Amino acid sequence: MTINVISAGIATTIQDLGRPGYYHLGIPMSGAMDRLALKTANLLVGNDEGAAGLESVFVGPELEFTRDTTVAICGAELPPKVDGEPRDTWTAFTVKAGQVLSFDFLKSGARIYIAISGGITTPMHLGSRSTYAIGTLGGVNGRPVQPGDSLPLGKSNKTVKDGLLVPKALRRGPSNPAELRVLPGLYWHRITEQAQNNFFEDTWKVANETDRMGYRFQGGRKLEFVEREQPFSAGADPSNITDACYPYGSIQVPSGSEPIVLHRDAVSGGGYFMLGAVISADMDLIGQLQPNTPVRFVKVDMEAALAARKEQATIMDEIREVLS
Amino acid sequence: MSSRYTFGGDEHIFVEVDEEMSLEAFFVSLSMTNAVRNANIKGVTEICPANASFQIKFDPDVIHPDDMMKELKRLEAQTEQGDNLLETRIVEVPVYYQDPWTYETLMRFRDRHQDPNATDIEYAASINGYDSVEKFIEAHSGAPWFVSMVGFVSGLPFLYQMVDRSRQIQVPKYLRPRTDTPRQTIGYGGTFTSIYSVRGAGGYQMLGITPMQIFDPEQRLSYLKDFMVFFKPGDIVKFKPVNREEYDAAIAQVRAGEFMPRIRNVRFSLSEFNADMDGTNAKLMEALYDH
Repeated sequence: MTINVISAGIATTIQDLGRPGYYHLGIPMSGAMDRLALKTANLLVGNDEGAAGLESVFVGPELEFTRDTTVAICGAELPPKVDGEPRDTWTAFTVKAGQVLSFDFLKSGARIYIAISGGITTPMHLGSRSTYAIGTLGGVNGRPVQPGDSLPLGKSNKTVKDGLLVPKALRRGPSNPAELRVLPGLYWHRITEQAQNNFFEDTWKVANETDRMGYRFQGGRKLEFVEREQPFSAGADPSNITDACYPYGSIQVPSGSEPIVLHRDAVSGGGYFMLGAVISADMDLIGQLQPNTPVRFVKVDMEAALAARKEQATIMDEIREVLS
Repeated sequence: MSSRYTFGGDEHIFVEVDEEMSLEAFFVSLSMTNAVRNANIKGVTEICPANASFQIKFDPDVIHPDDMMKELKRLEAQTEQGDNLLETRIVEVPVYYQDPWTYETLMRFRDRHQDPNATDIEYAASINGYDSVEKFIEAHSGAPWFVSMVGFVSGLPFLYQMVDRSRQIQVPKYLRPRTDTPRQTIGYGGTFTSIYSVRGAGGYQMLGITPMQIFDPEQRLSYLKDFMVFFKPGDIVKFKPVNREEYDAAIAQVRAGEFMPRIRNVRFSLSEFNADMDGTNAKLMEALYDH
């Protein structure tokens, strides 16, 4: 049983929950940028939360099915269609053998997750099917999905209810302007107090250069650095440090001008200072930000970060409850 | 040297051993990350040593960040720096300096370079006071290097030369990063040599290229059978200049799945090295070449 890719949409990749454990060798965890959306889509079609599905950005693929199966789309509002007939997002629906799943124009958000009953069963690399194209790992022979690909599907071991849906109150999407909560730290002391305040006061905009490696932001005031003689081996620019590890979610600001938040396909290290990191609870939302979206960074402490993490876990628990 | 501990969001602790690079700082990073691995702390998911710092990723649902912090500081207090002994391996990496492929690439990005009228290696030689590129290559391939970090992208090693600081080569990165770098390019940025494990963007100056594959998800070559990434922090590397003929022969061996770098196991002592750098390096060369 396979699904045939007629057109690939934009940056469509196979993703599951990733391959942690190899970051010390420069291999990032990868996996769905919006993990909650992938998990939810999987639950809707009776899969394990970590089954492999498809992630598409702004424009969805066209997929032809070779057997009757159940599909669910979560994440961005990119309305699905079956043989041209509209279907709902966040809702399980049937696609029959020979039918084609396609998508209408994007209404909000950035990334959809397509879960198919049984899950995609391409070969695993280091315990995951997630696509990491730089390292030619996972995906379809290490690359994103292309027209002409045939994606193998697993056997579904659970009967699923057509029309099963996630209540609106539990569907997470980014607000506009979006808020990303940040725990200051890492090399926070490298910028002046004025710059520390400006960073949180200014409204930034998502730049066009955004991908699975990182999201870039523009429009805020340039950050000024505390003067110092640069340490041996750090490099001449005040934003340089001796090459070090980069946490997921860390915010680096090369030359102090455009912050970059590293995401699931992060480069594991490099020579730019970081002023802190986006808290784990807000990482999913980053994957749903469109270019030009206004964004405010909001300063929080560890207690607030952990409370937000708990709150997000509660939402996921409620989704599990509703779909069980 | 006193380590600085800081959180990277709610899932990471970042420890800066020193602001500046030194083999001492690297050894602290290596011994601390080994200690964390051996301690088997519940909730730890990634242990990443770097040049003069390291990073631990953990699951805050399993261990509270404050407890994780306490645990790391406790380990630091316990970890003996002692005489800094390391059981490791020394590897000979062939390098075709001034090869045609990095030359073709660097010519495409002259507008992003400090000195558009020189090649990367000419620039690196001149700003470090070498009379000629040949002299520069002698220095680069003369003394061995420590792999002090693996990362950025898949299996890319950062190497730090085992010479006194006064002899360290220092070269700034490109003014603006290139969008292309050939696979297995030997790069130089700051005080580090890198080997680009995969083709892609990069900001390090390009000195040459190695025929030796160092990352392969298909694990075709015998030295990549254990794992798809060859280098690990603590490895020692000796660069060996090769000419076009030797390069082509090595590439043919790689294609046939028969290439095997020269590798010997060695014991390295940082205290011995600090007492006599040239003497220690000479012993490493004896071990590598079975003299």
